Amino acid sequence: MIYLDNSATTKPLPEVLESFRKSAETFYANPSSVHQLGSDAERLLTKSRTLIADLIGIEANEVLFTSGGTESNNLAIKGIAFKHQYRGKHMVTTTIEHPSVLEAFRSLESIGFEVTYVNVDETGRVDPDEIDNAIRKDTILVSVMSVNNEIGTVQPIEAIGRITKKYPKLFFHVDHVQGLGKIPLHIKSSNIDLCSVSGHKIHGLKGTGALFVRKNVSLFPLLHGGNQEQKMRAGTENLPGIVALAKAIRLIKLKEKNQLQELIALQSDLRHQLLQIDGLVINSPENSAPHIINISLPGFKPEVLIHKLADSEIYISTKSACSSKQSDISAVLEACQLTTDRTTSSLRISLSYQNTKTEIDQFVQALKSAIVHLTRSMRR
Amino acid sequence: MEFDHILIRYGEMFIKGKNRKKFESKLQSNLIKKLREFPDVRVSKKRERMYVLLNGADPHSVMKKCQQVFGIHTLSFAVKVNMSEEEIKQAALFALSDSPEARTFKVSSKRADKNFPIRSQELNHVIGGYVLSNTEGITVDVHNPDVELKVELRNGAAYITAKDYPGAGGLPVGTSGKSLLLLSGGIDSPVAGYLTMKRGVELEAIHFHSPPYTSERAKQKVLDLAAELSNYGKKVKVHIVPFTKIQQKIHREMPEGYSMTIMRRMMMRISEQLANREEILSLTTGESLGQVASQTMESMHTINEVTNLPIIRPLAAMDKLEIIDISRKIGTYEVSVLPYEDCCTIFVPKAPKTKPKREKANYYESKVDFSQDIAEAIDKSVVVEMDQNQKELDKFDELL
Repeated sequence: MIYLDNSATTKPLPEVLESFRKSAETFYANPSSVHQLGSDAERLLTKSRTLIADLIGIEANEVLFTSGGTESNNLAIKGIAFKHQYRGKHMVTTTIEHPSVLEAFRSLESIGFEVTYVNVDETGRVDPDEIDNAIRKDTILVSVMSVNNEIGTVQPIEAIGRITKKYPKLFFHVDHVQGLGKIPLHIKSSNIDLCSVSGHKIHGLKGTGALFVRKNVSLFPLLHGGNQEQKMRAGTENLPGIVALAKAIRLIKLKEKNQLQELIALQSDLRHQLLQIDGLVINSPENSAPHIINISLPGFKPEVLIHKLADSEIYISTKSACSSKQSDISAVLEACQLTTDRTTSSLRISLSYQNTKTEIDQFVQALKSAIVHLTRSMRR
Repeated sequence: MEFDHILIRYGEMFIKGKNRKKFESKLQSNLIKKLREFPDVRVSKKRERMYVLLNGADPHSVMKKCQQVFGIHTLSFAVKVNMSEEEIKQAALFALSDSPEARTFKVSSKRADKNFPIRSQELNHVIGGYVLSNTEGITVDVHNPDVELKVELRNGAAYITAKDYPGAGGLPVGTSGKSLLLLSGGIDSPVAGYLTMKRGVELEAIHFHSPPYTSERAKQKVLDLAAELSNYGKKVKVHIVPFTKIQQKIHREMPEGYSMTIMRRMMMRISEQLANREEILSLTTGESLGQVASQTMESMHTINEVTNLPIIRPLAAMDKLEIIDISRKIGTYEVSVLPYEDCCTIFVPKAPKTKPKREKANYYESKVDFSQDIAEAIDKSVVVEMDQNQKELDKFDELL
């Protein structure tokens, strides 16, 4: 089996599963309980929080645990909107954000907020100056993803952070779900107030994630109840999940430090091989994130290619898994203003640190023969 | 391009005349200890400065650690390049990128190595011009710049630094002896410990534990606070003194209005004896004048009677808000505000005397003999060493 759908989700690492199992088995007490068992659970929670903070380069009390990227994005956007609506009701984002960002904004539009969706160029990149132009007196939030989940475009987060810093009233949110462990992001020096990450994209577990909230930034909670997570996210802590998240972040950071060059080389090898294929266009920009390559094969139905590849146990996807069931057209590619034959025939290959050169070679071979096979049947 | 070292300037140590050597080597060894988790980092000393050679370590992580070391005035990232005009220009531009918020700058060159053909004054203009033509929204201000780009040509190399980061100030820990900190778990005592450390003092801590009236968690909180403090100096030994028996006896046999005063006096006696045993010459407390009943002038007068060790009270004249500010800055606030009972709050009388008198305290104490209990408490105290810089393995580590 060759798994090349790592932007949809990743395979959990055995070490992560082991940590989950052990902590679920041993430290099952509620961290809020007064007794010794609860105290142990609470210490493990604190340790996990501190470890993540150290790895990310923030303070422990700036880590807020959630159930994943979607919740983190919703909490950041709605949390700022509801809490700070009296400062203004305008927000700025881009046209190629993840659905959990775009739909959160649309829901706010339906109750009286205004949102400006800034366009991107044909490589998916947003121009910081256009963000600047979109900011008004009543803007309270700018939300931009660090890495696009479909085409891997890396956004100029630092430059946008320099712009948002000029407006002390507004908050800057970065959806870093695809970027964690793949591209550097300096939360402090990029002036980021809120940053979403997810566990299952980095060989952790589904249902785990975090929102990094800069000190003194207050949010209106989505979930009310107990005093957990500084009252910004009630609910008994998912301690085993949190431990697994800490472990997954530690391990992905290690990979990033030691194997990033290998991943970049693997991607460039794949890009090189793909370019040899007649009629294939690469939609990802040259300097995209090291794990995503988006291609189009005009004239081919992407689902058919995916099923064909799956016959040889090779797994890739059309667009992002979160939008792939809706229609044939990729909204992201459409926002990049690519032609319809490209937006309707896109495929996403997403790598992890575990993929090998052999797998890439096999995948390209399989893709080539699938193309030949389908071309023949199409002509008949 | 990458920053390859951090330049460290130490301020106050200069005025210490003959002691300077001692202070310098203490600072150097404190830095080395602090940076132990970065195996390739080296700390070297040259004239009045120290250099942290990064050798590939992440500059910002190392900077953050260095900023916790007392005895440092300011720090800057620095980059070393060959003595070529082109390389110097690019390094200058790179160094400036560390201060994206800067609106004005100036260049100050120092040409100690005269082999370089361009003179300092002219080099300032060359670099300034290059920076201006390659940046936007930043101008030259030679009088009051946001950032001073410093270029030094020494021994065949060029060193470029930009933004100054503030150091922790104070004196290197270990140059002013040792003090025993009465650590309660509240907001004040860790701040008092921090400020005492800032003056170069090494700390041990004493904590009075009253199970089952106070929980394991309250004790853990004190240990966590000690660990936070160890960030700013050396490991902190915490003496955990079993205090339940004494507290119950006070509660039973002393008048309620004086129970708090007498409890404090007992704590002082135990602290003094333990300090004597450990050859520690002073006590440190988080007392702040007028804050609570035990910290009025009259209370301090009565409580202080039982010891003649110097008591360092860094917070005596501070407002609560100033103390909270510091505790937030040094990272103890979050731990301090966790809601566990400590032994000061559980036996609190309804109406403690705010103006206790020495004679009365002595009179009440003379009726009951506490000396046995004090000796036993000291004897049964246990020591836990907390060291953030060298975290001991615990049962959680394999999980994370």
